[in-house]
Amino acid sequence: MKKKKFDFGPYLYLLPAFIIILVFRLIPIVLSFIVSFFEWTVTGAGDFIGFDNYVHMMHDKEFWQSLVNTFYLVIFVVPISLVLSLFFANLLNGIKKLKSFFRSVYFVPTVTSMVAISIVWKIIFNQQSGLANYFLEKIGLDPLGWLAESRGIFQLLFGSMGIEIPTWAGGPSLALFSIIIVTIWKGLGYNTIIYLAGLQNIPNVYYEAADIDGAGKIKQFFRITWPLISPTTYYVLMMTTIVTFQVFSQIYLMTGPPVGGPLGTTKVIVYFLFDKGFGESNNLSYASAIALVLFAIILGLTMLQKKLEKKVHY
Amino acid sequence: MNFKKIITYFILGFCGLVMVIPFAWMLTTSVKSQLEVNKGNVGFSFFEESDIYTENGKDYYATIVKEDADSSYVHLFDVEMNRIRSYAKVPNTAIRHEKKVKLHWENFALAFNKVPFGRYFLNTIIVSCCVVIGVLITGSLASYAFATMKFKGQDFIFYLFISMMMVPQPVYLIPSYVLLNHLGWIDTYQALIVPWIANIFTIFLLRQQFKTIPRDLFDAAEIDGCSRFKILWKIVLPLSKSVIATAAIFGFIGSWNSFMWPLIMTDSPELRVLQVGLSYFSQEASTQTSLLMAASTFSILPLVILFVIAQKQIIASFASSGLKG
Repeated sequence: MKKKKFDFGPYLYLLPAFIIILVFRLIPIVLSFIVSFFEWTVTGAGDFIGFDNYVHMMHDKEFWQSLVNTFYLVIFVVPISLVLSLFFANLLNGIKKLKSFFRSVYFVPTVTSMVAISIVWKIIFNQQSGLANYFLEKIGLDPLGWLAESRGIFQLLFGSMGIEIPTWAGGPSLALFSIIIVTIWKGLGYNTIIYLAGLQNIPNVYYEAADIDGAGKIKQFFRITWPLISPTTYYVLMMTTIVTFQVFSQIYLMTGPPVGGPLGTTKVIVYFLFDKGFGESNNLSYASAIALVLFAIILGLTMLQKKLEKKVHY
Repeated sequence: MNFKKIITYFILGFCGLVMVIPFAWMLTTSVKSQLEVNKGNVGFSFFEESDIYTENGKDYYATIVKEDADSSYVHLFDVEMNRIRSYAKVPNTAIRHEKKVKLHWENFALAFNKVPFGRYFLNTIIVSCCVVIGVLITGSLASYAFATMKFKGQDFIFYLFISMMMVPQPVYLIPSYVLLNHLGWIDTYQALIVPWIANIFTIFLLRQQFKTIPRDLFDAAEIDGCSRFKILWKIVLPLSKSVIATAAIFGFIGSWNSFMWPLIMTDSPELRVLQVGLSYFSQEASTQTSLLMAASTFSILPLVILFVIAQKQIIASFASSGLKG
């Protein structure tokens, strides 16, 4: 029997995509490790400096502050977004009329650009001519500083009740909290759609059986919906976490000047690395090291979530 | 309709309102005069209460600074140009007080012409269209190989691609800049297009679709003497129209809205895409709220129109990104 000729066909079909992904994804990822170990600016490579960038990072106050700010963002955005989107998806799943209308309304922020949205929200939060303070005034409350307020939200909250709390327990600044509101608002529609798709996959017979057994709606939610929706919850949790760690545009457009203000309370990790790499110092190698640390954090959290998922997966 | 349904609709309606209020406010502010905004009329009312001074048949808004018996010192505000004209002393009889609804549509033209938004739109359209076409070509070829052919290293390459999807953009941003700089591509269209003409998610999506096409169809076509490429072109692609549309929409929206990449990879004003141009405009015109809102409005308009036309498809395509593999 004649040996079949080697078939180049499949590789030929793969080639265009492969070249692009090789050159613009795989090589850069490998390159990022290399860059982080050398002195590197726009003019090119300099001396090998080993772990200097990483050591420097550990002593860089700005790095730690932006890391804390990023964690605040994730800790607030992820759970709130998850609960709200699951709530809306449940409401939407229960109605027939106007369902697609409401779905679209919630979804509009997702398709519109973060840049335009940030510009709009920045003015909404403007102290003098913004809508946020206009509403507060209408309901008889004092205007707030929003994006200009560097005090923590817990500090402000307890302060208004006359309780002094230490600065470290003050929570994210009101400025960062304004960013949190925008980030939740922007991603809510997407998460709702994902949840809605998940809910529609749950066979109705479970609910019918539960109805016969006389289980109430709340019990049905915790005994049927929540367990069966857990793969979707896992996905939403993971995606929202990953995306929130990479928040950039809202910070770049809404805060400052200088960006990340007031008092650096809205400086997040991706803006920090952008500033180091393409700002005045133009230190591409330090920026690369920061990016890799960010990657390690995201990877670590993803793996942690995967472990948790295995435990709760039904 | 029972009580529970009413509550559900009420909550959905109220929260839906909260979701769209920023857009509604953007629209109402975009047709206000800057003077109104500065005066503190920041709600949803279109009523303008103002003192008007007419000179040579042209109306100016007058802010009275000091009023005397028969003449006043006023700041004059040029409505058409949306800017302060001068400080003047004018007779009281030339000033009239009026309160009426006024919509300043000219804000859109003012904002559009203040910086070359036409150019920005053109750049964005060029980049987005090239990216979508590229993504569809490389995507269908690669997915066709993955879904219908058997070859060495198939699984390895596929999982390599998928794992690359997990890497966040900031990680390859800096080395990509270094790379593009070496290629001499910084500040060119290539830098905005070429790195994005292969999309792993698209490959994944199309592969799933191509796999659902029954193998018998291929076998029959092969017996009829169809080449591989002809099978892709004549059978596989026509059968996958809706998934291809999904991938195209997804790619278009992503490309249209991308900001960080073009911000870093381009420098000259001629190459600014819409999002970058808008961000520069927001710095230049930071005090001109109504112009900013007008610019935001027309920059999101194309996608909102696309969304209104193809909402089912768009929502379905975003929902499909949540499919578990």
